[in-house]
Amino acid sequence: MRRFTLIFLPYIWLLALFMVPFLIVFKISLSDIATAIPPYTPTLDFTEGWQGIKAFFSALDLENFAFLTTDDLYWKAYVSSLQIAFFATFLTLLVGYPIAYGMANAPDHWRPTLMMLVILPFWTSFLIRVYSWMGILSTEGYLNQLLLKLGLISEPLIILNTPTAVYIGIVYTYLPFMILPIYSALERMDGSLLEAAEDLGCSRIKAFWLITVPLSKTGIIAGCFLVFIPVIGEFVIPSLLGGSQTLMIGKVLWEEFFNNRDWPVASAVAVVLLLILIVPIVLFQRNEQKQREAEE
Amino acid sequence: MRRLTWFNATSLTLGFAFLYLPMIILITYSFNESKLVTVWAGFSTKWYGELLSNQSFLDAAWVTVKVAVASSTIATILGTMAALVLVRAGRFYGRTLFSGMIYAPLVMPEVITGLSLLLLFIGIGLDRGIFTIILAHTTFSMCFVSVVVSSRLATFDRSLEEAALDLGCSAFDAFRLVTLPIIAPAVISGWLLAFTLSLDDLVIASFTAGPSATTLPIKIWSAVRLGVSPEINALSTIMIGIVAVGVISASLITKRASLRQQADERAAVHA
Repeated sequence: MRRFTLIFLPYIWLLALFMVPFLIVFKISLSDIATAIPPYTPTLDFTEGWQGIKAFFSALDLENFAFLTTDDLYWKAYVSSLQIAFFATFLTLLVGYPIAYGMANAPDHWRPTLMMLVILPFWTSFLIRVYSWMGILSTEGYLNQLLLKLGLISEPLIILNTPTAVYIGIVYTYLPFMILPIYSALERMDGSLLEAAEDLGCSRIKAFWLITVPLSKTGIIAGCFLVFIPVIGEFVIPSLLGGSQTLMIGKVLWEEFFNNRDWPVASAVAVVLLLILIVPIVLFQRNEQKQREAEE
Repeated sequence: MRRLTWFNATSLTLGFAFLYLPMIILITYSFNESKLVTVWAGFSTKWYGELLSNQSFLDAAWVTVKVAVASSTIATILGTMAALVLVRAGRFYGRTLFSGMIYAPLVMPEVITGLSLLLLFIGIGLDRGIFTIILAHTTFSMCFVSVVVSSRLATFDRSLEEAALDLGCSAFDAFRLVTLPIIAPAVISGWLLAFTLSLDDLVIASFTAGPSATTLPIKIWSAVRLGVSPEINALSTIMIGIVAVGVISASLITKRASLRQQADERAAVHA
């Protein structure tokens, strides 16, 4: 009985507030937009019994999904989200790996402090961290002021409201997600392997590529997925730093819903986004599974 | 092989400079006299004064705190229950679906979670406001709590609990007196995580808030879309300060607790 309550409460909560909402999104993605409350048809009417249910199902169609393929905006937004997520993940890896490596090789008594310094930004408001770059990157911003003063440029650079700003924002905010798994993989590494390689005449750079990188592979993969997956649906960064030039699907969904009030299309955008996400999520799960098995 | 080479020192210095400079600049310029945020015109705390006399910010802050406390508390209870189910309940009907529903929200884009919850609330005719934000935040943060707690439960030595049961404890007392104190650090960090997630959330709150309730991130969002503002710099500084104090004291507390636990364990071995 007790076991039943234990399972029952969280189960029901998640069913009602996670599973059911999804089914609703799925259902509305098959509906048509209407000027009514709620602004779509059909709505399920149980008072008409079996006839009502039959009418309900026959009115559902894939029209919205067909619409997504006819309008350039949507598929361009999906492709550009994937592209941005891909390059941003790569950049985050390039920036994050040396930091994780430096942390793993730092003296033992430094490491708790370094660890805390990486985690601290993660607890700080995401919105504030993205916002902090607006002042730096704008045309009259601190970066341009500095570069002008140093005489490196004669005209202010336009960075804010370009894809460059989006990349900077993503690397900055997602860096802890990349550093932590790589650090934990590097920290577990047996240092004597590198000593052995050096004794056997391996150069340090070669030893790095042949030993350190393969042994931190699970950390690299985990870090990359932890950045790649959430970035695809990112909304705040492209909206604040990307301007109108940057097309990302999270922003399109938001605008479709709040500005155009087209709920069925917004729902269809969400369903397709989920389908796209399934692939990296499954791959990520597999990597985690492999890591767990390796540890046992 | 633990030595600080010039390469490691440089990458750490540059890396942490990159992580912290934007926030240091933000904090510095929150004390700027000028309305023009990018021009330094002398030290002043006037923007803090303006901020604290702005009733709409104070209202939003109060809503945010209420939502965060309520949602993180419910999420901690439900999340801990879910963790117990995941680690201990063994097989039951619908287990795969259950663990799927625990892990899915962790990787779900916020725009989708927000949209789907909004459509649910409208579908069942629930008026949007503080209550719906609490429901939404509880749902995603309970999953984070359950992941944190279940990783602690997985390494927990069950024989302690069995010993308590053998000595005549009821199952609930065994949980309360043995299990809970041991997993308490994980439960507390789960609560803190849920609290921060709720404090931070813009996207899901925007979908589920409705016109009657505005949280601080929603307020900040509508201000910063128009550009950098000194009031927001001041508000950001306050929020960064609170988080920094919280994280640093939490890490000191866990360090002390782990030292004490080690001492206890040593004492228990020698006794």
